[in-house]
Amino acid sequence: MHKKLVLYLFLSIIAFFSNVYGAESEGMPQLNPEFWVSQIFWLILTFGFLFVILSKFILPKISNNLELRKSQILENIETAEKQKIESENKIKEYETLINNSKNEARNYFNEARKKIIQDIDKKREKIEEEIDLEIRNAEKEIVELKKSSPEKINKIATETSAQLIKQLIGEEINNSSISAIVEDLSKKNKGKYYGN
Amino acid sequence: MATNPMHQFNVYRIGPEIKIDQIDISFTNASLFMVISSLIILIIFNLGSVKKNIIPNKIQLLAELSYSFISKMISDTAGSKGKPYFGFIFSLFMFVLFCNMLGMLPYAFTVTSHIIVTFVLAAFIFIGVTVIGFLKHGLGYLKLFVPSGVPIVLLPLIVVIEVISYLSRPISLSVRLFANMMAGHTMMKVFGGFVISLGLVGGWLPLGFSVALTGLEILVAFLQAYVFAILTCIYLNDALNLHH
Repeated sequence: MHKKLVLYLFLSIIAFFSNVYGAESEGMPQLNPEFWVSQIFWLILTFGFLFVILSKFILPKISNNLELRKSQILENIETAEKQKIESENKIKEYETLINNSKNEARNYFNEARKKIIQDIDKKREKIEEEIDLEIRNAEKEIVELKKSSPEKINKIATETSAQLIKQLIGEEINNSSISAIVEDLSKKNKGKYYGN
Repeated sequence: MATNPMHQFNVYRIGPEIKIDQIDISFTNASLFMVISSLIILIIFNLGSVKKNIIPNKIQLLAELSYSFISKMISDTAGSKGKPYFGFIFSLFMFVLFCNMLGMLPYAFTVTSHIIVTFVLAAFIFIGVTVIGFLKHGLGYLKLFVPSGVPIVLLPLIVVIEVISYLSRPISLSVRLFANMMAGHTMMKVFGGFVISLGLVGGWLPLGFSVALTGLEILVAFLQAYVFAILTCIYLNDALNLHH
Protein backbone atom coordinates (compact mmCIF):
# COMPACT_ATOMS: atom_id res chain seq x y z
CA MET A 1 0.00 0.00 0.00
CA HIS A 2 2.76 2.32 1.04
CA LYS A 3 4.69 1.72 -2.16
CA LYS A 4 1.67 2.37 -4.31
CA LEU A 5 1.00 5.63 -2.54
CA VAL A 6 4.59 6.74 -3.09
CA LEU A 7 4.38 5.78 -6.73
CA TYR A 8 1.12 7.68 -7.16
CA LEU A 9 2.63 10.77 -5.57
CA PHE A 10 5.66 10.42 -7.76
CA LEU A 11 3.62 10.07 -10.93
CA SER A 12 1.66 13.17 -10.10
CA ILE A 13 4.91 15.09 -9.61
CA ILE A 14 6.09 13.83 -12.97
CA ALA A 15 2.84 14.90 -14.54
CA PHE A 16 3.24 18.33 -12.96
CA PHE A 17 6.73 18.71 -14.36
CA SER A 18 5.56 17.50 -17.74
CA ASN A 19 2.93 20.19 -17.81
CA VAL A 20 5.39 22.85 -16.69
CA TYR A 21 8.20 21.95 -19.07
CA GLY A 22 6.85 20.29 -22.14
CA ALA A 23 4.81 22.26 -24.55
CA GLU A 24 4.51 19.01 -26.48
CA SER A 25 3.54 17.19 -23.24
CA GLU A 26 2.80 13.58 -23.95
CA GLY A 27 2.62 12.01 -20.44
CA MET A 28 4.62 8.88 -19.72
CA PRO A 29 6.10 7.27 -22.81
CA GLN A 30 6.19 4.03 -20.82
CA LEU A 31 2.40 3.81 -21.00
CA ASN A 32 2.31 4.24 -24.74
CA PRO A 33 1.69 0.73 -26.09
CA GLU A 34 2.95 1.50 -29.58
CA PHE A 35 6.29 -0.32 -29.14
CA TRP A 36 5.37 -2.76 -26.35
CA VAL A 37 5.35 -5.77 -28.59
CA SER A 38 8.62 -4.73 -30.17
CA GLN A 39 10.22 -4.31 -26.75
CA ILE A 40 8.94 -7.70 -25.58
CA PHE A 41 10.16 -9.32 -28.78
CA TRP A 42 13.64 -7.81 -28.56
CA LEU A 43 13.87 -8.45 -24.83
CA ILE A 44 13.13 -12.13 -25.31
CA LEU A 45 15.54 -12.28 -28.22
CA THR A 46 18.48 -10.53 -26.56
CA PHE A 47 17.98 -11.96 -23.09
CA GLY A 48 17.45 -15.43 -24.48
CA PHE A 49 20.60 -15.11 -26.55
CA LEU A 50 22.52 -13.81 -23.53
CA PHE A 51 21.19 -16.58 -21.29
CA VAL A 52 22.01 -19.35 -23.76
CA ILE A 53 25.53 -18.14 -24.53
CA LEU A 54 26.35 -17.44 -20.88
CA SER A 55 25.06 -20.68 -19.44
CA LYS A 56 26.20 -22.95 -22.31
CA PHE A 57 29.63 -21.56 -23.06
CA ILE A 58 30.94 -18.91 -20.69
CA LEU A 59 29.83 -19.85 -17.18
CA PRO A 60 31.07 -23.46 -17.42
CA LYS A 61 34.48 -22.12 -18.44
CA ILE A 62 34.59 -19.73 -15.47
CA SER A 63 33.50 -22.44 -13.04
CA ASN A 64 36.10 -24.75 -14.60
CA ASN A 65 38.77 -22.13 -14.08
CA LEU A 66 37.74 -21.66 -10.47
CA GLU A 67 37.76 -25.41 -9.80
CA LEU A 68 41.09 -25.77 -11.54
CA ARG A 69 42.61 -23.04 -9.45
CA LYS A 70 41.19 -24.52 -6.24
CA SER A 71 42.54 -27.99 -6.99
CA GLN A 72 45.88 -26.63 -8.11
CA ILE A 73 46.25 -24.55 -4.96
CA LEU A 74 45.32 -27.58 -2.84
CA GLU A 75 47.90 -29.67 -4.68
CA ASN A 76 50.51 -27.00 -4.18
CA ILE A 77 49.70 -26.84 -0.48
CA GLU A 78 50.02 -30.62 -0.22
CA THR A 79 53.38 -30.69 -1.95
CA ALA A 80 54.52 -27.79 0.18
CA GLU A 81 53.59 -29.69 3.33
CA LYS A 82 55.37 -32.82 2.11
CA GLN A 83 58.47 -30.84 1.37
CA LYS A 84 58.27 -29.17 4.74
CA ILE A 85 58.17 -32.55 6.49
CA GLU A 86 61.07 -33.76 4.35
CA SER A 87 63.15 -30.74 5.17
CA GLU A 88 62.38 -31.15 8.86
CA ASN A 89 63.61 -34.75 8.70
CA LYS A 90 66.72 -33.62 6.89
CA ILE A 91 67.35 -31.03 9.60
CA LYS A 92 67.00 -33.71 12.29
CA GLU A 93 69.45 -35.99 10.46
CA TYR A 94 71.85 -33.15 10.10
CA GLU A 95 71.62 -32.31 13.78
CA THR A 96 72.24 -35.90 14.88
CA LEU A 97 75.19 -36.06 12.51
CA ILE A 98 76.63 -32.89 13.93
CA ASN A 99 76.14 -34.10 17.53
CA ASN A 100 77.82 -37.44 16.82
CA SER A 101 80.78 -35.81 15.20
CA LYS A 102 81.07 -33.36 18.08
CA ASN A 103 81.12 -36.26 20.56
CA GLU A 104 83.73 -38.08 18.53
CA ALA A 105 85.88 -35.00 18.35
CA ARG A 106 85.61 -34.58 22.11
CA ASN A 107 86.60 -38.21 22.70
CA TYR A 108 89.59 -37.87 20.40
CA PHE A 109 90.65 -34.75 22.18
CA ASN A 110 90.33 -36.34 25.64
CA GLU A 111 92.31 -39.42 24.63
CA ALA A 112 95.05 -37.34 23.14
CA ARG A 113 95.24 -35.23 26.26
CA LYS A 114 95.47 -38.31 28.51
CA LYS A 115 98.27 -39.74 26.38
CA ILE A 116 100.16 -36.50 26.42
CA ILE A 117 99.78 -36.12 30.16
CA GLN A 118 101.03 -39.69 30.71
CA ASP A 119 103.96 -39.10 28.43
CA ILE A 120 104.85 -35.91 30.21
CA ASP A 121 104.59 -37.65 33.61
CA LYS A 122 106.89 -40.49 32.53
CA LYS A 123 109.47 -38.16 31.11
CA ARG A 124 109.34 -35.97 34.20
CA GLU A 125 109.85 -38.95 36.49
CA LYS A 126 112.86 -40.07 34.46
CA ILE A 127 114.35 -36.62 34.48
CA GLU A 128 113.72 -36.25 38.19
CA GLU A 129 115.46 -39.54 38.86
CA GLU A 130 118.45 -38.43 36.81
CA ILE A 131 118.50 -35.12 38.60
CA ASP A 132 118.39 -36.89 41.98
CA LEU A 133 121.29 -39.09 40.96
CA GLU A 134 123.36 -36.14 39.86
CA ILE A 135 122.53 -34.25 43.02
CA ARG A 136 123.59 -37.21 45.13
CA ASN A 137 126.88 -37.54 43.21
CA ALA A 138 127.52 -33.86 43.56
CA GLU A 139 126.84 -34.04 47.29
CA LYS A 140 129.25 -36.94 47.65
CA GLU A 141 131.92 -35.03 45.76
CA ILE A 142 131.33 -32.02 47.97
CA VAL A 143 131.64 -34.12 51.09
CA GLU A 144 134.87 -35.66 49.83
CA LEU A 145 136.14 -32.27 48.85
CA LYS A 146 135.33 -30.97 52.32
CA LYS A 147 137.19 -33.87 53.92
CA SER A 148 140.28 -33.50 51.77
CA SER A 149 140.43 -29.75 51.54
CA PRO A 150 142.09 -28.92 54.97
CA GLU A 151 144.95 -31.30 54.32
CA LYS A 152 145.50 -29.90 50.86
CA ILE A 153 145.28 -26.35 52.13
CA ASN A 154 147.72 -27.13 54.87
CA LYS A 155 150.07 -28.71 52.37
CA ILE A 156 149.77 -25.73 50.02
CA ALA A 157 150.24 -23.37 52.94
CA THR A 158 153.34 -25.24 54.09
CA GLU A 159 154.84 -25.25 50.61
CA THR A 160 153.99 -21.61 50.05
CA SER A 161 155.40 -20.52 53.39
CA ALA A 162 158.53 -22.61 52.76
CA GLN A 163 159.05 -20.90 49.48
CA LEU A 164 158.29 -17.48 50.99
CA ILE A 165 160.79 -18.06 53.73
CA LYS A 166 163.35 -19.23 51.24
CA GLN A 167 162.86 -16.12 49.17
CA LEU A 168 162.89 -13.81 52.11
CA ILE A 169 165.67 -15.22 54.14
CA GLY A 170 167.47 -17.37 51.67
CA GLU A 171 167.67 -20.34 53.99
CA GLU A 172 165.86 -23.64 53.93
CA ILE A 173 163.90 -24.48 56.98
CA ASN A 174 162.73 -27.88 57.96
CA ASN A 175 159.35 -28.72 56.43
CA SER A 176 158.11 -30.45 59.51
CA SER A 177 158.45 -27.37 61.73
CA ILE A 178 156.60 -25.23 59.19
CA SER A 179 153.76 -27.75 58.83
CA ALA A 180 153.47 -27.92 62.62
CA ILE A 181 152.97 -24.16 62.78
CA VAL A 182 150.46 -24.24 59.84
CA GLU A 183 148.42 -26.97 61.48
CA ASP A 184 148.46 -25.05 64.68
CA LEU A 185 147.15 -21.93 62.88
CA SER A 186 144.54 -23.81 60.91
CA LYS A 187 143.23 -25.40 64.09
CA LYS A 188 142.97 -22.01 65.68
CA ASN A 189 141.11 -20.53 62.77
CA LYS A 190 138.88 -23.49 62.05
CA GLY A 191 135.46 -22.38 60.82
CA LYS A 192 136.80 -19.05 59.73
CA TYR A 193 137.42 -20.04 56.07
CA TYR A 194 134.84 -22.74 55.39
CA GLY A 195 131.79 -21.16 56.79
CA ASN A 196 130.19 -24.51 57.62
CA MET B 1 13.71 26.28 -21.93
CA ALA B 2 14.60 22.85 -20.78
CA THR B 3 13.12 19.95 -22.62
CA ASN B 4 10.56 17.59 -21.23
CA PRO B 5 12.22 15.35 -18.56
CA MET B 6 10.13 12.46 -19.81
CA HIS B 7 11.49 12.90 -23.29
CA GLN B 8 14.42 10.60 -22.53
CA PHE B 9 12.04 7.67 -22.16
CA ASN B 10 10.66 7.97 -25.68
CA VAL B 11 11.01 4.89 -27.81
CA TYR B 12 11.57 5.47 -31.51
CA ARG B 13 12.22 3.31 -34.48
CA ILE B 14 15.75 2.86 -35.78
CA GLY B 15 15.87 1.71 -39.37
CA PRO B 16 12.98 0.25 -41.32
CA GLU B 17 9.62 -0.78 -39.93
CA ILE B 18 9.43 -4.54 -39.40
CA LYS B 19 5.97 -6.03 -39.24
CA ILE B 20 4.86 -9.60 -38.88
CA ASP B 21 1.11 -10.05 -39.27
CA GLN B 22 0.36 -6.43 -38.48
CA ILE B 23 2.48 -6.67 -35.30
CA ASP B 24 5.21 -4.06 -35.12
CA ILE B 25 8.54 -5.54 -33.99
CA SER B 26 10.74 -2.80 -35.42
CA PHE B 27 14.26 -2.30 -34.14
CA THR B 28 14.10 0.65 -31.70
CA ASN B 29 16.49 2.50 -29.44
CA ALA B 30 15.33 0.20 -26.62
CA SER B 31 16.28 -2.80 -28.73
CA LEU B 32 19.61 -1.18 -29.50
CA PHE B 33 20.47 -0.82 -25.83
CA MET B 34 19.35 -4.36 -25.03
CA VAL B 35 21.67 -5.60 -27.75
CA ILE B 36 24.53 -3.37 -26.54
CA SER B 37 24.14 -4.54 -22.92
CA SER B 38 24.08 -8.18 -23.95
CA LEU B 39 27.11 -7.77 -26.18
CA ILE B 40 29.10 -5.94 -23.47
CA ILE B 41 28.26 -8.67 -20.95
CA LEU B 42 29.24 -11.39 -23.41
CA ILE B 43 32.48 -9.65 -24.36
CA ILE B 44 33.53 -9.00 -20.75
CA PHE B 45 32.75 -12.50 -19.54
CA ASN B 46 34.20 -14.12 -22.62
CA LEU B 47 37.45 -12.21 -22.13
CA GLY B 48 37.32 -13.15 -18.44
CA SER B 49 37.00 -16.86 -19.15
CA VAL B 50 39.37 -17.60 -22.04
CA LYS B 51 42.61 -17.50 -20.09
CA LYS B 52 43.30 -19.98 -17.33
CA ASN B 53 45.85 -18.16 -15.25
CA ILE B 54 46.40 -19.30 -11.70
CA ILE B 55 46.80 -15.65 -10.77
CA PRO B 56 43.96 -13.96 -12.66
CA ASN B 57 44.35 -10.74 -14.60
CA LYS B 58 41.93 -7.87 -14.03
CA ILE B 59 39.15 -8.90 -16.37
CA GLN B 60 39.40 -12.53 -15.30
CA LEU B 61 39.20 -11.40 -11.70
CA LEU B 62 36.08 -9.36 -12.52
CA ALA B 63 34.39 -12.34 -14.15
CA GLU B 64 35.34 -14.73 -11.37
CA LEU B 65 34.34 -12.35 -8.60
CA SER B 66 30.94 -11.83 -10.26
CA TYR B 67 30.59 -15.58 -10.59
CA SER B 68 31.31 -16.24 -6.94
CA PHE B 69 29.17 -13.26 -5.88
CA ILE B 70 26.05 -14.61 -7.64
CA SER B 71 26.92 -18.15 -6.68
CA LYS B 72 27.11 -17.19 -3.01
CA MET B 73 23.88 -15.20 -3.25
CA ILE B 74 22.02 -18.23 -4.62
CA SER B 75 23.46 -20.69 -2.13
CA ASP B 76 22.71 -18.28 0.74
CA THR B 77 19.07 -17.75 -0.19
CA ALA B 78 17.96 -20.85 -2.07
CA GLY B 79 20.47 -23.41 -0.82
CA SER B 80 22.12 -26.11 -2.89
CA LYS B 81 18.89 -26.85 -4.74
CA GLY B 82 19.14 -23.48 -6.45
CA LYS B 83 22.26 -24.45 -8.36
CA PRO B 84 20.56 -25.48 -11.63
CA TYR B 85 19.11 -21.96 -11.91
CA PHE B 86 22.48 -20.29 -11.56
CA GLY B 87 22.76 -19.50 -15.26
CA PHE B 88 19.40 -17.78 -15.33
CA ILE B 89 19.97 -15.72 -12.18
CA PHE B 90 23.42 -14.75 -13.37
CA SER B 91 22.13 -13.62 -16.79
CA LEU B 92 19.25 -11.80 -15.14
CA PHE B 93 21.45 -9.91 -12.70
CA MET B 94 23.98 -8.98 -15.35
CA PHE B 95 21.34 -7.95 -17.87
CA VAL B 96 19.52 -5.71 -15.41
CA LEU B 97 22.78 -4.32 -14.02
CA PHE B 98 24.19 -3.45 -17.41
CA CYS B 99 20.92 -1.98 -18.67
CA ASN B 100 20.78 0.20 -15.53
CA MET B 101 24.41 1.21 -15.78
CA LEU B 102 24.30 1.96 -19.51
CA GLY B 103 21.33 4.18 -18.79
CA MET B 104 23.63 6.35 -16.67
CA LEU B 105 25.55 7.46 -19.76
CA PRO B 106 24.34 10.78 -21.15
CA TYR B 107 21.96 10.44 -24.10
CA ALA B 108 21.68 6.73 -23.40
CA PHE B 109 18.36 4.94 -23.19
CA THR B 110 17.48 3.04 -20.02
CA VAL B 111 15.86 -0.23 -21.00
CA THR B 112 14.76 -1.01 -17.45
CA SER B 113 12.91 2.29 -17.09
CA HIS B 114 10.08 0.80 -19.12
CA ILE B 115 7.41 -1.01 -17.18
CA ILE B 116 6.76 -3.40 -20.02
CA VAL B 117 10.35 -4.70 -19.97
CA THR B 118 10.53 -5.17 -16.23
CA PHE B 119 7.05 -6.62 -16.17
CA VAL B 120 7.88 -9.23 -18.78
CA LEU B 121 10.94 -10.24 -16.80
CA ALA B 122 8.99 -10.35 -13.53
CA ALA B 123 6.09 -12.21 -15.09
CA PHE B 124 8.44 -14.76 -16.58
CA ILE B 125 10.05 -15.28 -13.17
CA PHE B 126 6.64 -15.50 -11.48
CA ILE B 127 5.32 -18.06 -13.93
CA GLY B 128 8.57 -20.00 -13.88
CA VAL B 129 8.70 -20.12 -10.09
CA THR B 130 5.06 -21.19 -9.86
CA VAL B 131 5.59 -23.96 -12.41
CA ILE B 132 8.71 -25.15 -10.57
CA GLY B 133 6.80 -25.12 -7.27
CA PHE B 134 3.98 -27.24 -8.64
CA LEU B 135 6.37 -29.60 -10.38
CA LYS B 136 8.42 -30.15 -7.22
CA HIS B 137 5.62 -30.39 -4.67
CA GLY B 138 2.47 -31.04 -6.69
CA LEU B 139 -0.62 -29.67 -5.05
CA GLY B 140 1.38 -29.48 -1.81
CA TYR B 141 2.76 -26.23 -3.13
CA LEU B 142 -0.56 -24.67 -2.10
CA LYS B 143 0.60 -25.09 1.50
CA LEU B 144 2.64 -21.98 0.81
CA PHE B 145 -0.57 -20.03 1.41
CA VAL B 146 -1.23 -21.70 4.75
CA PRO B 147 1.42 -20.64 7.23
CA SER B 148 1.91 -23.05 10.13
CA GLY B 149 1.02 -22.01 13.65
CA VAL B 150 -1.84 -19.73 12.69
CA PRO B 151 -5.12 -19.99 14.67
CA ILE B 152 -7.90 -21.65 12.65
CA VAL B 153 -10.11 -18.60 13.11
CA LEU B 154 -7.66 -16.37 11.34
CA LEU B 155 -6.87 -18.89 8.62
CA PRO B 156 -9.36 -17.72 5.92
CA LEU B 157 -8.10 -14.16 6.24
CA ILE B 158 -4.44 -15.19 6.23
CA VAL B 159 -4.89 -17.40 3.19
CA VAL B 160 -6.52 -14.56 1.26
CA ILE B 161 -3.72 -12.18 2.22
CA GLU B 162 -1.07 -14.73 1.27
CA VAL B 163 -2.67 -15.36 -2.10
CA ILE B 164 -2.87 -11.64 -2.83
CA SER B 165 0.73 -11.09 -1.79
CA TYR B 166 1.81 -14.02 -3.94
CA LEU B 167 -0.07 -12.74 -6.96
CA SER B 168 1.27 -9.22 -6.51
CA ARG B 169 4.84 -10.45 -6.65
CA PRO B 170 5.36 -9.80 -10.36
CA ILE B 171 3.83 -6.35 -10.02
CA SER B 172 5.92 -5.32 -7.03
CA LEU B 173 9.05 -6.79 -8.57
CA SER B 174 8.60 -5.01 -11.90
CA VAL B 175 7.31 -1.71 -10.52
CA ARG B 176 10.16 -1.49 -8.02
CA LEU B 177 12.81 -1.62 -10.71
CA PHE B 178 10.94 0.48 -13.24
CA ALA B 179 9.96 3.21 -10.76
CA ASN B 180 13.45 3.47 -9.32
CA MET B 181 15.01 3.80 -12.73
CA MET B 182 12.46 6.26 -14.04
CA ALA B 183 12.48 8.38 -10.88
CA GLY B 184 16.23 8.67 -10.78
CA HIS B 185 16.59 9.58 -14.41
CA THR B 186 13.76 12.08 -14.28
CA MET B 187 15.28 13.73 -11.21
CA MET B 188 18.62 14.03 -12.92
CA LYS B 189 17.01 15.49 -16.00
CA VAL B 190 15.05 17.99 -13.91
CA PHE B 191 18.13 19.13 -12.03
CA GLY B 192 20.06 19.30 -15.28
CA GLY B 193 17.29 21.51 -16.65
CA PHE B 194 17.56 23.75 -13.56
CA VAL B 195 21.29 24.16 -14.16
CA ILE B 196 20.60 25.46 -17.66
CA SER B 197 17.65 27.66 -16.77
CA LEU B 198 19.29 29.25 -13.70
CA GLY B 199 22.48 29.89 -15.64
CA LEU B 200 25.85 30.98 -14.28
CA VAL B 201 24.40 32.75 -11.24
CA GLY B 202 22.13 30.16 -9.64
CA GLY B 203 23.06 27.04 -11.51
CA TRP B 204 25.75 25.85 -9.14
CA LEU B 205 23.42 24.43 -6.51
CA PRO B 206 21.48 22.19 -8.91
CA LEU B 207 24.79 21.26 -10.52
CA GLY B 208 26.01 20.01 -7.15
CA PHE B 209 22.76 18.14 -6.72
CA SER B 210 23.24 16.62 -10.15
CA VAL B 211 26.70 15.38 -9.21
CA ALA B 212 25.43 13.90 -5.96
CA LEU B 213 22.46 12.35 -7.74
CA THR B 214 24.73 10.74 -10.29
CA GLY B 215 26.56 8.93 -7.50
CA LEU B 216 23.30 7.97 -5.90
CA GLU B 217 21.89 6.71 -9.19
CA ILE B 218 24.92 4.51 -9.81
CA LEU B 219 24.36 3.04 -6.37
CA VAL B 220 20.65 2.59 -7.09
CA ALA B 221 21.43 0.99 -10.46
CA PHE B 222 23.54 -1.66 -8.75
CA LEU B 223 21.21 -2.03 -5.79
CA GLN B 224 18.10 -2.52 -7.90
CA ALA B 225 19.79 -5.15 -10.03
CA TYR B 226 20.86 -6.89 -6.82
CA VAL B 227 17.38 -6.61 -5.30
CA PHE B 228 15.81 -7.94 -8.49
CA ALA B 229 18.14 -10.93 -8.50
CA ILE B 230 17.90 -11.66 -4.80
CA LEU B 231 14.09 -11.47 -4.80
CA THR B 232 14.12 -13.94 -7.67
CA CYS B 233 16.29 -16.18 -5.50
CA ILE B 234 13.89 -15.83 -2.58
CA TYR B 235 10.88 -16.70 -4.74
CA LEU B 236 12.83 -19.63 -6.09
CA ASN B 237 13.62 -20.69 -2.54
CA ASP B 238 9.90 -20.69 -1.72
CA ALA B 239 9.29 -22.98 -4.67
CA LEU B 240 12.24 -25.30 -3.99
CA ASN B 241 12.14 -25.62 -0.22
CA LEU B 242 8.60 -25.44 1.07
CA HIS B 243 9.13 -24.15 4.60
CA HIS B 244 5.64 -23.35 5.80
